[in-house]
Amino acid sequence: MKTITVNPITRLEGHGKIEICLDDTGNVDRAFLQIPELRGFETFCLGRPAEEMPRITPRICGVCPTAHHLASSKCLDDLWKVEPPPAAKKLRELANSAFMNEDHFLHFFFLGGPDFVVGPEAPAAERNILGVIQKVGMEIAGKVIRVRREVRQMLETMMGKVIHPLFGLPGGVSRGITEEERQQFLETANFTLEFSQFALQLFEDVVLSKQAYVDLILSDAYTHKTYYMGLVDEDNHVNFYDGMVRVVDPEGLEFAKFHPRDYKEHIAEHVEPWSYVTFPFLKKVGWKGFVAGGESGVYRVAPLARLNAADGMATPLAQAAYEQFFDVMGGKPAHGTLAYHWARLVEALYAAERMKELLEDPEITSTEIRTLPTQTPDEGVAITEAPRGTLIHNYWTDGNGILTQVNLIVATNHNAAPIAMSVEKAAKAMIKDGEVSEGLLNMVEMAFRSYDPCHACATHALGKMPLEARVYDKAHRLLHVCRK
Amino acid sequence: MAADQFEPRIVGFLCRWCSYTGADLAGTSRMQYPANIAAIKVMCSGRVDPTFVVKAFAEGADGVLIAGCHPGDCHYEVGNFKAMRRFPILLKLLQEFGIEPERVRLEWISASEGQLFADLAKHFTDEVRALGPLNWKERTRALCESV
Amino acid sequence: MAKPKVAFYWCASCGGCEETVVDLAEDILKVVDAVDIALWPVALDFKLSHVEAWEPGEVSVAFINGAVRLSEQAEWVRLLREKCPMVVAFGACAHLGGIPGLANCTTREEILANKYHRGPTVDNPEGVEPQALSSSHGFDLTLPDFWKDVKPLDEVIDVDYYLPGCPPPAKNVGEAVNAILSGDLPPKGSVLAPEKSLCEACPLNDTKPEKLTIKEFKRVATSTPNPEECFMAQGYICMGPATRAGCGERCIRANMPCRGCFGPAPGALDIGAKMLSSLGSLGEAETEEAAAAFANAMVDLTGTFYRFNLPTSLLRRRMGPNEVQA
Repeated sequence: MKTITVNPITRLEGHGKIEICLDDTGNVDRAFLQIPELRGFETFCLGRPAEEMPRITPRICGVCPTAHHLASSKCLDDLWKVEPPPAAKKLRELANSAFMNEDHFLHFFFLGGPDFVVGPEAPAAERNILGVIQKVGMEIAGKVIRVRREVRQMLETMMGKVIHPLFGLPGGVSRGITEEERQQFLETANFTLEFSQFALQLFEDVVLSKQAYVDLILSDAYTHKTYYMGLVDEDNHVNFYDGMVRVVDPEGLEFAKFHPRDYKEHIAEHVEPWSYVTFPFLKKVGWKGFVAGGESGVYRVAPLARLNAADGMATPLAQAAYEQFFDVMGGKPAHGTLAYHWARLVEALYAAERMKELLEDPEITSTEIRTLPTQTPDEGVAITEAPRGTLIHNYWTDGNGILTQVNLIVATNHNAAPIAMSVEKAAKAMIKDGEVSEGLLNMVEMAFRSYDPCHACATHALGKMPLEARVYDKAHRLLHVCRK
Repeated sequence: MAADQFEPRIVGFLCRWCSYTGADLAGTSRMQYPANIAAIKVMCSGRVDPTFVVKAFAEGADGVLIAGCHPGDCHYEVGNFKAMRRFPILLKLLQEFGIEPERVRLEWISASEGQLFADLAKHFTDEVRALGPLNWKERTRALCESV
Repeated sequence: MAKPKVAFYWCASCGGCEETVVDLAEDILKVVDAVDIALWPVALDFKLSHVEAWEPGEVSVAFINGAVRLSEQAEWVRLLREKCPMVVAFGACAHLGGIPGLANCTTREEILANKYHRGPTVDNPEGVEPQALSSSHGFDLTLPDFWKDVKPLDEVIDVDYYLPGCPPPAKNVGEAVNAILSGDLPPKGSVLAPEKSLCEACPLNDTKPEKLTIKEFKRVATSTPNPEECFMAQGYICMGPATRAGCGERCIRANMPCRGCFGPAPGALDIGAKMLSSLGSLGEAETEEAAAAFANAMVDLTGTFYRFNLPTSLLRRRMGPNEVQA
């Protein structure tokens, strides 16, 4: 009986360790993905003025700060019961779309994608962006870097800073865009629109053209039949900024559709002693443990889930990509975890099309960008879609707008149980009869990497763990220290 | 006095033109007052950077006194008005950190008000004694220990 | 000749300091041409075993971001200090404690209670809490403890230089790397940013009136700053006067006041005390009642003045119960 520890896990935002516990035959009995940290945003934000939250909450995560900034700004609208002018909402949605687009490319090219582009069992020294650059060549690599730079420069101009933005206010934004900026941004939008299509083509050439990879994506080792959650507009199309929360069951049938303010009736958080992250589940189904299926309240969020929870995409090219996706995946809903990588690129395409739509809307340069609050603040709830999932901000204040309570359920947090389950299932499939190799351990890590987790978000957590792998016997005696 | 009675350590920032001279007068007039105040002469109460007060508490003071000329009598005209405006903000900040506002006082004492100074010294020392030691350094160190 | 090696490591961090390095964009290719990156957990798969095997001095400089709140982080940073001739505290959290340092306003117990017991969506009837050692299905599992407070990097190891900002602008990162490689550096212990306050660099500096006074305070919740006038003159609390320059004034250019992420300006021993001194001086109140009313209008001094550097303030932390309860 021994335990293999993978510590730390790499090529994601945040920290975690995986404990793979073997039985006497050398096969996997249980596996646990543990998240080791906590910062306490919901506590240390108390006593702060609510209008500072769009500047404080982005520090939950420097990879998806825009997501927090925008959810927080929307929450302030609800808190003060103030409606921003249309141009302000469009500016916020523009920022959200642009961010979604470049962050998805960060994940595909820098974080999770290298496993496919370079190969899951390629040498560790090559499984990273530098290996990707070698594989795809400088011309393409140059485009990846340039497209992200341009989109991020656009975000910096719009919001002041791209890492930890600051233009959101209750009732609007602090800064609009000029006609000159609009034209410049439109060029960027066109560039990324072209690149987003190219990225899907690249995925086809590098991944879908290889039967081994398609088999892997459709394999049982990486499949869980869960519920799925995402924001949808009134046509049940994926929307990243606004709408109702829709949940479908493992057969794809609508299970729930609710207004953000009602989230507490639908979502509850389970606690385990072996991880700092909590495990959200659907209240109306109940917590049945780390299991999938219609009887278990476990559900998933983020690209794969959003595509499953919606009936389609709101823009034409993305809609075509959506249809092709489900064709290959064998219908809706798609349950293969590795398909998250593909769904992510479909979303990046929608985000690019949406950027272009908004930049071609003449109202985007309007100077009517703020409605001043007049009501007394009390409670606000807002939900947006972050790249890594459904993002919920909920604030309560006193009459002066000073925070008295904060509740946050942050994107990856919703995926905490599915990630743990995916890691365990992959470990059981990959590690047999005591045969362990560095490449096989990486294939276990691929199970979490698909989700593009952000553990700083999931735990609103601070802190990283140092690295080591230990092998213990059943009596917890240290037998061997191995490093991945 | 009981041997183990807590003796508060109070830092006093006294302006040279009025309150320090007033304190001197108390001394030369042989007025009795507790020796708990460590007097620091500053040119003006407006010279008292709130940093001094915060540092005093951080480094072990149990109380801080700032004393200056009566409003309208400042040797530099506006200095004590600055002290007057800073004071409630300082109190608010200290309170947020968990330092009782009763531990810090802003008083106007002229050069001829020796008795006023002596009375203040006695009353303020008694009040701070009743509040007990602040022990800021020790208490924060206890919480700053790594687990 | 072999390229010099550098390492990036993260403690209690949000990942923003990693992102700012990636924001070097095309310049990152110049960086990897000039140096080998020997450690970077977000992007590369190097492990503890690699670090332990480094010869002392083999890796020239470690850029460490994030505050320190776990014992294992302390072990890691001590190891990097041992191996690397130079350590740079990278970003506001390593430099000052950062926004996570606001946790010094509360206690470990409060954080745990809110997160695992009191939260409105928590379903935890048995009162389970994460444990340093727990058992599940017959297997022992460990989690690191977290400390009772948050520390900046230099309370755990000696730091050679500080690169401030939340995050440090990519441009500053590039310049710092170049300065280190060429050896063109200020004295040890310096902050790699100008020796002046933000006001001097601010695009609105020229709009300050001859005699700047503040009649009453405004909040951005219920008003919008005029982008063409000094925010302080309008009545918004802007940390510019007490904050170090070098950030590119990005917040100001988005029409929002500074919140102090570059840390105290040179000569400001405590950023909050300095700001309060400034605000007191600038007020217009002429009586004690008016002064009290002026002060009363200000909210959350701790979070406004010490947003990024509570652990490195003179008082370090709040003591006693947090009076704002859920």
